[in-house]
Amino acid sequence: MARTRFLPDSGLTTRMTLVMFLLGGLFVALVVGIMVAVRSPGLAMIVGVVGLGVAFFQWWTSDTMAMRAMRAREVTPQEAPELHGMVDRLCALADMPKPRVGVADMDLPNAFATGRSPKRAVVCVTTGLLRRLDAEELEAVLAHELSHVAHRDVMVMTIASSAGIVAGMVTRGAQFGVFSGGGRSRNGKDGGGAAALVLALLVSLVVYAISFFLTRLLSRYRELCADRAGAYLTLKPAKLASALQKITGEMASIPQRDLRTTRAMNAFFIAPAISGATLSTLTSSHPSLEQRLEQLARIQSDLSRPGPGA
Amino acid sequence: MGFWDAIRGRRAPREANLDALFGVPSAAITLETGLGMRATGVGSVCFRAAEGAAFAATQQDIEALLEADPRTPQVERTVDDFGFTWLVVRRSPDDVAGLCTDLHAVNVLLEEQGFGPALLCSVVGFAGADGRSAGLVYLYKQGTFYPFAPTGPQQRDNLLEINLRDQLAGELPIEASLQRWLALWGAPGL
Repeated sequence: MARTRFLPDSGLTTRMTLVMFLLGGLFVALVVGIMVAVRSPGLAMIVGVVGLGVAFFQWWTSDTMAMRAMRAREVTPQEAPELHGMVDRLCALADMPKPRVGVADMDLPNAFATGRSPKRAVVCVTTGLLRRLDAEELEAVLAHELSHVAHRDVMVMTIASSAGIVAGMVTRGAQFGVFSGGGRSRNGKDGGGAAALVLALLVSLVVYAISFFLTRLLSRYRELCADRAGAYLTLKPAKLASALQKITGEMASIPQRDLRTTRAMNAFFIAPAISGATLSTLTSSHPSLEQRLEQLARIQSDLSRPGPGA
Repeated sequence: MGFWDAIRGRRAPREANLDALFGVPSAAITLETGLGMRATGVGSVCFRAAEGAAFAATQQDIEALLEADPRTPQVERTVDDFGFTWLVVRRSPDDVAGLCTDLHAVNVLLEEQGFGPALLCSVVGFAGADGRSAGLVYLYKQGTFYPFAPTGPQQRDNLLEINLRDQLAGELPIEASLQRWLALWGAPGL
């Protein structure tokens, strides 16, 4: 009987779906909040639609924008045969369309994937990454990026940030008196306009703050999902782990560090246990190295579990 | 993979499609009559070796099974530059059906142990009387075939490949997207 070694992490999926749901709710709450504050449903609708439009534009032009920002250029199979060969094979394994491949000339080891759909995606690596990683580690990083493409993470993250975009627009608009004007014409007195302005400002600032933390949380979940899918694609989670260690520089700064000992030591410290959610962990777009390595170790043990016939 | 699975980030690895491989023996006859290319009796399976004891045990089982058959003299295992493992099976050139059975056995054993997603492709070698050689490549995930005719390092005979494709069009599911026609430089047995 054929069976699968892939175990979907339902806890991760549930948490992530919840965050996406909350972000959607936040967007609606913001538009309704403006509607109530300035008592102008039309204006609130326009703000909402323009906000979504900005998000849509960012998503639509994501490939060219990101490539330009990173000063990356697309490479042909003739220029980078190994890189293209790797991407070719991974795409054949995953049964997905092949994205374009780019290289950015910078020493910082990094990689990114962008593009509005799997068909129009770009996977880009820096020359620093190519220099530091061996072939299998590079492949693991590419598999991680291809998983971002397959999961449509650019779309998910831009839509997720639309509440933040709208909130930002409202705060900007309030500075130029867009909303106070609207309020005044309806009320016919200054007090109502000022109150509406303050209310709209307050609502959008709160929404902006909540949206900031939620999108970062969502981003961390998406990274863990991409790690998972990438590791199952190459079937070598340890290679992704060593690539991550090289990229984050932990390896260079603390040579031969044994992660098991640090984790055991954590039990003796009260501070790390309580401050599991410090400001830096709440605002970072990527999960901590430890968290990612832990997940990869779990996948590795799933992969080496003996089969029913063995 | 469904759209919602992608959005929720729980894309499961693609399982391999194994059955189309049994169309190869009749395709071999078509190629012999149509283009004068005969099977060389060399076939190979390319897969991704996973980390861990379970995969190593599976791989040993496969090699033991293939070598237990007296008609398959020797199973060769090589690892290419991309870290993919090739198992090469040799049979008499007339026995294409037997070769396909051997290749299928490798696939089934891998799939039984949950390593079906590790399968990349399978290659059956063909050679013409004029010295041209080509491989008929089966992509497991897409369930399609394409011809690959290397003529030297980093060079392939596209004309022959198109010829082969047209010959086999009615016989086997052919990969429509030329971008998926992977260049398998250094594939053993070609």
